[in-house]
Parts: sequence; structure tokens; C-alpha cells
Amino acid sequence: MTTRTLIANARVVDPARGRESEGWLLLDGDTIADLGDGPAPDVDGADVVDAAGRVVCPGLIDLRVNAGEPGAEHKETLATASAAAAAGGVTSVVVTPETKPTIDDPALIDFLMRRARDTAAVRVHPAAALTKGLAGTEIAEIGLLRDAGAVMFSNGPRPLADAGLMRRALLYARGLGALVAVRPEDAALAGRGVAHEGDYAARLGLEGVPVLAERVQIERDAAIAADAGARLLFDQVSSAAGLAALARAKADGAPVSASVSAFHLALNDLDVGDYRTYARLSPPLRAEHDRDALIHALKDGLVDVVVSAHDPQPPEDKRLPFAEATPGGVGLETLLSVLLGLVHDERMSLAEALRPATVAPAELLGLPQGRLAKGAPADVILVDAGAPWVCKSEDLRSLSKNTPFDERRLQGRALKTWVAGRVVFDRAAVGR
Amino acid sequence: MTRAAPYRFPHRHLLGIEGLNRLDAEAILTRAEKYVAVSRRTEKKESVLRGRTQINLFFEASTRTQSSFEIAGKRLGADVMNMSVTTSSVAKGETLLDTAATLNAMRPDLLVVRHGASGAANLLAQKVGCAVVNAGDGAHEHPTQALLDALSLTRRLGSLEGVTVAIVGDIRHSRVARSNVILLQLLGARVRLAGPATLLPLGAGDWGATVFDALEPALEGADVVMMLRLQLERMHGAFVPSMREYFRFWGLDSAKLARAKPNALIMHPGPMNRGVEIASNVADDPERSLITDQVEMGVAVRMAVLDILAENAPPPVTNA
Repeated sequence: MTTRTLIANARVVDPARGRESEGWLLLDGDTIADLGDGPAPDVDGADVVDAAGRVVCPGLIDLRVNAGEPGAEHKETLATASAAAAAGGVTSVVVTPETKPTIDDPALIDFLMRRARDTAAVRVHPAAALTKGLAGTEIAEIGLLRDAGAVMFSNGPRPLADAGLMRRALLYARGLGALVAVRPEDAALAGRGVAHEGDYAARLGLEGVPVLAERVQIERDAAIAADAGARLLFDQVSSAAGLAALARAKADGAPVSASVSAFHLALNDLDVGDYRTYARLSPPLRAEHDRDALIHALKDGLVDVVVSAHDPQPPEDKRLPFAEATPGGVGLETLLSVLLGLVHDERMSLAEALRPATVAPAELLGLPQGRLAKGAPADVILVDAGAPWVCKSEDLRSLSKNTPFDERRLQGRALKTWVAGRVVFDRAAVGR
Repeated sequence: MTRAAPYRFPHRHLLGIEGLNRLDAEAILTRAEKYVAVSRRTEKKESVLRGRTQINLFFEASTRTQSSFEIAGKRLGADVMNMSVTTSSVAKGETLLDTAATLNAMRPDLLVVRHGASGAANLLAQKVGCAVVNAGDGAHEHPTQALLDALSLTRRLGSLEGVTVAIVGDIRHSRVARSNVILLQLLGARVRLAGPATLLPLGAGDWGATVFDALEPALEGADVVMMLRLQLERMHGAFVPSMREYFRFWGLDSAKLARAKPNALIMHPGPMNRGVEIASNVADDPERSLITDQVEMGVAVRMAVLDILAENAPPPVTNA
């Protein structure tokens, strides 16, 4: 017998329709059986959850998670990453191929999916390497990887330096309908930079990454994508200059989309402070006007997706001089709070803030999740949108605690998380 | 007339000029004046640091700064130990903080550190119990260099108020320039920064200084010209085409110096690349070059810094 759960008295937010209403939701087994406005009907044998007027919305879909497995299990595992995801209201994660070994072989996709089935609390979708070993020299077996379950193809933290190979990879991917993602950062222009190129990094004596590095790469790769007629996702656009290039490409009809990390929506280059390595990210935290431009672009739909850019790094890789520390921050448990922060700051509506982490990534990947509709998967979260909390790194569920939000006050958290109709997280039960 | 209470330096460490106010800087310079006199005596030994342990922890090779700190500590009676970590521990995979923890357990009172990474001294200061003196961290700061430059200038000019100082060369990679920009302005000087555009950091225009990408206008009417070393070891890319082209456009020779005030003073933090950033006859001009003064003032300033920080250091812990 399947379990039925009736979530009553909810502020139901469906970012797919941009709609928000007082209503109810019935989960039956692993799907949403029904939903409606007003008081909930009586449903025989259903567990009733009284949302008490709180937000119920689709679980978040995070397109960029580094989960450590295989090869870096001391940093994170699918089990710990998915526990963090569940607590953060994230019900689907796309894990990066930046592992050891690199996910560039169908057998490794199979391994990841079986590990996820056995150990993960949320849905895990592997992204595969666009080139073998992420080396940027040979196209990976995109077709076989796709058939094994890869949902996306990325070249990890680097773009393809070789424009000819990029063109062939996109042409090849188009034939298979595969989505390709690249980090827009020209390696030569980025140089040895470790922070946003600007006044603050110059004062600190840190080499800067110019925004030009992003702009130039977006211009090149958008032109190649347009020529190839292939879909391309720019992974973590960080700057106003990059957004301007993206806007021009989209206006020209290039089939491109873009993500932004939650870190870049909430923090700026001054958060590096006194060489805080937890704020060393790649791309680096940019200037305040860049952050503001990213929020505008999100509201306008120029940026399609928000990712956590979850990248666990243990103390031995962070307790170093700034330039020697490994970039990256854990973000699964703060993604939702950052999105809600945009609502509290009156930058956008709740549906607008949730869309780039629910239905928008679902549409990019062709997943049925990310929306509230009859027959959709029962991946749903109950959210206390206003709950204030202080992010303490030691309380995080990730194996690594490197959050740039350490000691910051945030607002809004998931209370309960369902994946395929099953409760995978219940804050009241765990107490934190 | 009432006497003001002596100014108490409020910092535990000297990590940079950033964060110091004018009184802090003047407290160090005043103390340093006293140690100039001490250093010129036949009997140079003082005892204010007797019983104190000073470790010079150098992750980058340095002859002059390390020996300057060593002499400074010894003249004040400290037990000074030099540790060069360029080869030994780092090669074995030991991190900066591991090294720091090891040294900290030896209970030094003063830790003088030089490291190739910006922020390394700040990181160390968070993890050790003793006073930390930054002897240069990456391209960030080199506070004792700026203090010795200021001391050299105030001894010659009396005051820096309204004095125009042109700092020329590789500003981008220079910790000396960063510390000097802050300190010289704190003491009332007007600072100009000049270098080829590839060696000027983006954002230097926000530092309060005037930025030039040609030498002659930067020298026009300057009271002081401070030439920076063209730091070859930090040139990871091709920032300038060749040494001879650099000397042609940016090297200080008599002809270019003629644009400055008639008796303009010449400074260089050393070691000099003669014929690259400075011509020998200019560097060796006995009337105008402060370059050897800078070395002498370096010892006095470091004595003052060690002395002042030791005063602020907590008394030795006694294990009952």
C-alpha cells in the first residue's frame, strides 16, 4: 500500500505557473495526486500535515554539486551531500564529473547511480565529462554516457581552450540532443588570479581575475554554440560584463542559457575580508555592482538557473595562505536561504526566486520535477520562509564545513523535505 | 605645562601599515630615532629584550631584511634564531601553519615572518601566541620597509607634510609600494605612482595617490623619487619586453631626474638592478641618494618595532 500525505493549510507556490495560493497538496506514492485552492478535502487514510500557512513548493534542483565520490570521500560522499541537500530543501542534485577518476566512462555513471540508489537521500543525476579526463583534447563518449544516465556534459572548472574542439563537441552533442555546460573563463586572461580584479584585491596584494576573462569566453562560446546550433549552458556567470555578453548572445538568438551561484547572489569581493579562504571561490566573488546585476538578470530571466556550486574542501585545503587555498564553498544548506533572501530584500517574488532552482533547471534537463501539478513527482518541500538562523559551519551536514556564510544571519529554511513522496528530512524530528 | 602620558602602541602585531594611525606610526619613528643613536655608539648593546626569544622565519630568501632583523634583535639583547624554510620543511609537505605551531611550541616572544603569499603573516598571527612582525608577505605589505623609508625622509626633510614622493616601477607586484602609499600619505606626503600600465595594479587610482603611466610627468617637480626593484622572480608573464627597453623608458638616469626638483632625493629599497631601474651614477650620488641611509634606518626601525611589540607582549606564562 502506498502512503498518502495531505499537506493542508499551505501557501502553495508553483514557480512553473508563477502562481501562489492558499491551498493543499495530496501526495500519493511517488507522485502528486492532486492539489487545489482553499480548505483541503477529507482524504481517507492520508497522513495530514498542517502547513499552518507556510510555503509548500517543489523541491529545489541543483545543477552543480561536487559530491566527492568517487575519489574524494574525505571531502564529501553522496550520503553526506544528500543529507545536506535534504536539509537544504534540495531534492535533486546534478553531480559534477570533477572526480577521481573523472566521470567519462559509462561504467562510472552506472557506479554513481548505484551508489546513489544505495546511499543518497535525494535524487542524484550524474553530469559527465565533455572531454576524456576533462583534458580538453578528445570528445568523451557522449552518446553512451547519455544512455547510461548522464544528464549533462561539462568540462568542469575549465572551458575548452581549443575552439575547434569546442565546435566539434557542440556539433556532436547537438546530434544527440545533449546539454553541454562550460565555465566561461578564458584561462589566459584569468592567469594566476585568485580574487576579483579590483581595488580590494590590489590592496590585499592578490592577483585578480578580470571580468574580461568571463566576457571574452562567453562571446567566443556563444558564437560557437550559435554556429553549431547546439544548446550551451554557461556555468556560473559572475559579472555584469559577462551578463552583457550573454544578453547580446541571447538577443542574437544563440541557444545559450546561464547559471549563477547562490554565493554570487549574496556576497561580494569585500567578503574576502582578512584573507578568508572560505570566501575563495572560482569564479571569485565579484564587486557589489556585479552582484546587483546578477540579481537583475535573474529577475529578468537573462540568467536561467541558480546553483549552489557546492564544493566541499577540508581544512587542509583551506587553512592556507589565500592564494594557496583551494577554491570552493559548501552551499547545499544555504541555497534556499539565499533565494528567500532575494524575496525578503524585495528584489523579486517568491515564485520568481524559486523558478531558477526548480522548473528552470528541470526544463533544461528535461526532468519532470520542479513543478506542482497532478502526476508530477512528489518532490516537495515545506518551508518556513521567514525563520531567522545563524549559519554555523560546524552545524552543517556536509563532511566539509567550508561555508562562506559562516556566522552569517540568514532567513528562511526548509522544515520538511519529501522525495518521491517519502520524508527525507524533518527539521522538527532532528531538532536543528 | 603638563606632560602627556606616553602614547601606548595599541597593536599586538605589526602585520601592515594598513590599520595603523598617524600616532602609531609616529610612536615607532620616535622610538627609532633613539635607536639610530644607539646604533652609532661603540657600545651598541641594549638589554630591553634580554631573555626574549626572537625567531626570524623566512620562507623567501632574503639577505638584507633577515640580517637587519637579526642585528636589531641582537642589539636589544634578544636571543635570535634564523629559520629559512625555503627548502627544508616545505619540501616535506609541512604547511605554514604546521611550521607555525611547531615554532609556537618553542615559546618565542617575537616571530618575524616573510612569505611569498599575500596574507601569510595575517594567517600566522591568528594561530600563534606571540607577536608577529610581517617582514614581507607576497605583494601585500612590507611595513618595516615603509617605516624605514619614512624615517630616512623625515631625518633629511624634517617633515613629510606636503612633500611629493614619486614611486616608480613595478607597483603591481610590490609590497613596498603598498606599504609606502599608505604610510607616506598618513604622514602628509603626496604620493605619485608610476609604471608601465602592465605593472600598475587595477584600482591603484583608489589609493589616494596619483597614477601615471609615463615617467617624466610623474617626476615633474617631485621632492623624492623612490625607484622599485623590477622583481624578476615575480614576473610570471611578459610584463615588459626587455631590460634595455625598461631602462630606456623607466630607468632613472640623470637626464630623467632633471625633471624632478633640483635637490630631489633618491631612494631604492634594494637590492638594486643597476642599469635596469636605476643608473649607477644616480644611485651612488652622495648628496642625493638615501639608499645607504635606508639600510641604516632599517636596523633602527626594526629595533623600535621589536621593542614596542615586546612591551605589549603578554608576560611569560609560568607553569605552576
